[in-house]
Amino acid sequence: MASSLDETAVRHVAHLARLDVTDEEVVRFAKQLSSILSYVEQLNEPDTTGIPPTAHALPVTNVFRGDTVRPCWEPDRALHNAPQCQDNFFRVPKVLGQDSA
Amino acid sequence: MPEPTLTIRTIIGLEIHVQLNTKTKMFCGCPVRYDAPPNSCVCPVCLGHPGALPVINRQAFTHAVLTGLALNCKIARHTKWDRKSYYYPDLPKNYQISQYDLPLAARGFFDIPVRGRMKRVRITRAHLEEDAGKSLHDLPGCTLVDLNRAGTPLLEIVTEPDLSSADEAYAFCIELQRLVTYLGVSEGVMQKGQMRFEPNVNIAIRCDGREYRTPITEIKNLNSFRHVRDAIAYEARRQLTAWTEDHDYQQDKRPNENRGWNAEKGITEYQRDKESAPDYRYFPDPDLVPVEITDGMLDEIRAMLPELPIARRQRLVSEYGLSTRDADTIVNHRGTADLLEKVIAAGAPADVAGKQFVNVWLKLANDRNVHVTDLGVEPEQIVELARMTADGTINKTAANRLAQVMLQHAEPRASARADAQRSTPSPLHLAQELGLVQVHDTAATEAWVEQAFTANPKAVQDALGNPKKAQAAAGFLRGQVMKLSGGKADPNLVVRLVEKRLAKLRGKG
Repeated sequence: MASSLDETAVRHVAHLARLDVTDEEVVRFAKQLSSILSYVEQLNEPDTTGIPPTAHALPVTNVFRGDTVRPCWEPDRALHNAPQCQDNFFRVPKVLGQDSA
Repeated sequence: MPEPTLTIRTIIGLEIHVQLNTKTKMFCGCPVRYDAPPNSCVCPVCLGHPGALPVINRQAFTHAVLTGLALNCKIARHTKWDRKSYYYPDLPKNYQISQYDLPLAARGFFDIPVRGRMKRVRITRAHLEEDAGKSLHDLPGCTLVDLNRAGTPLLEIVTEPDLSSADEAYAFCIELQRLVTYLGVSEGVMQKGQMRFEPNVNIAIRCDGREYRTPITEIKNLNSFRHVRDAIAYEARRQLTAWTEDHDYQQDKRPNENRGWNAEKGITEYQRDKESAPDYRYFPDPDLVPVEITDGMLDEIRAMLPELPIARRQRLVSEYGLSTRDADTIVNHRGTADLLEKVIAAGAPADVAGKQFVNVWLKLANDRNVHVTDLGVEPEQIVELARMTADGTINKTAANRLAQVMLQHAEPRASARADAQRSTPSPLHLAQELGLVQVHDTAATEAWVEQAFTANPKAVQDALGNPKKAQAAAGFLRGQVMKLSGGKADPNLVVRLVEKRLAKLRGKG
């Protein structure tokens, strides 16, 4: 059962990731992503009846840290790679739709 | 055709974000500071730099479980972290770490007092997540971003749609704020955005034996109790109007939508409909391992649960005979209620101490914008003042003045603890020094009464012969006696002696 990703799906995913893709890229990525998906689909083959689902590959749980302040970066350093900054703020193009979590 | 009868029911659920009270962020050691200079509390983890790894803040986790327990939730034994992906400049990783299908607390309830009765509001879930940064939009052509807030621990609490009016939702929010500040899990300061509310509102309309339900509106990001109440009340009215004008304004026929509250105009404004809701592509965060909550961890956290505000309020009424109103005021702040119970245990008469807390100490504290516990007055002094008032050594007016003087003595100590040796004089000593000790001496009081009557013949005349003014005139005369005594006279004795003298004059007339 080879699953495939059609061009509409590629455009949708590209939009979600805010990627600008050309028509040629959409065709190419659709092929490449479909082949990746069918490779991963091999995981459907083993019988996992009775095996509890997991969200993690590591046999580790409960990693905490104490609520202790550690040194942070100076604003200069934090902003060092910013394409644009102003008065120690990151400066970005005007945000139009006020969409937040 | 006659107008059909409509029965309208408002249906409200709440989503609340509570900023947890920690020194550092959820997944890194940057300090949580409200007013730090922009981008000064950041590091590779909260800036989302490649390769930086988050580690869970144990304190934030404990706070979240404690709140879950206080909200009577089932605490998950196994909980994990998920990435919620969306693109916004104040979200540097392009995803928010949250909990999707395994929240750490679920299926609880919170009982709140509504019109003198307890109302149960079911809690759907409570989960931990991180806050985003702050965007400044008020510049032309660009947006400025400060990431100090990015990564601040938040507890998201979701209720079932059990609230049925704007006032109930308002009461719920206030009670929840009281709970989280009581637990110490949040400072709950609205002005700093430490509690943010998102009501889900729709209405059910019964008309000619049929029920219509309007689409659900989510009102985004309200940061004051009043806005919660006003926005819900407005939204319920707006939906009724929308349905009246168009009966297809119903669930399944019209989309649910997000709206914002415009406090200046007092209206909600359309933002987007839920059909165009973003696709968040939740998936488990590979950088964070799951948490297994053991019996030991749970017992340890359960042991931290204090008596909760609503229960404590009822106990203060039943155990100490406080009025519901006074108990409510005192319970508002846990430290204040603790102090009251401490002074009662140390021998202060409960009824007098309770009244004095509200009428004297809380007033003084409010004037200074602090809590009673920050006034710098020693518990022993509070005990003595209550005792002296109860046994009649001083009257209420004198107690008030004495408290102010005690505060003047306490204040230099409160601000500069260096001079710890210097002790504040005892209230009794101060009362004697200031001549505030109540005079129970009948002869001395009679002399003041005599003086007051001689100096105010008009008032005496009114008290005797003018039925309209008699009461006020007698009150005036009593006030004059108190004044002549320098506030020291025993008010009960004054009432008796003034009445006696008036009766005597009446007898003569």
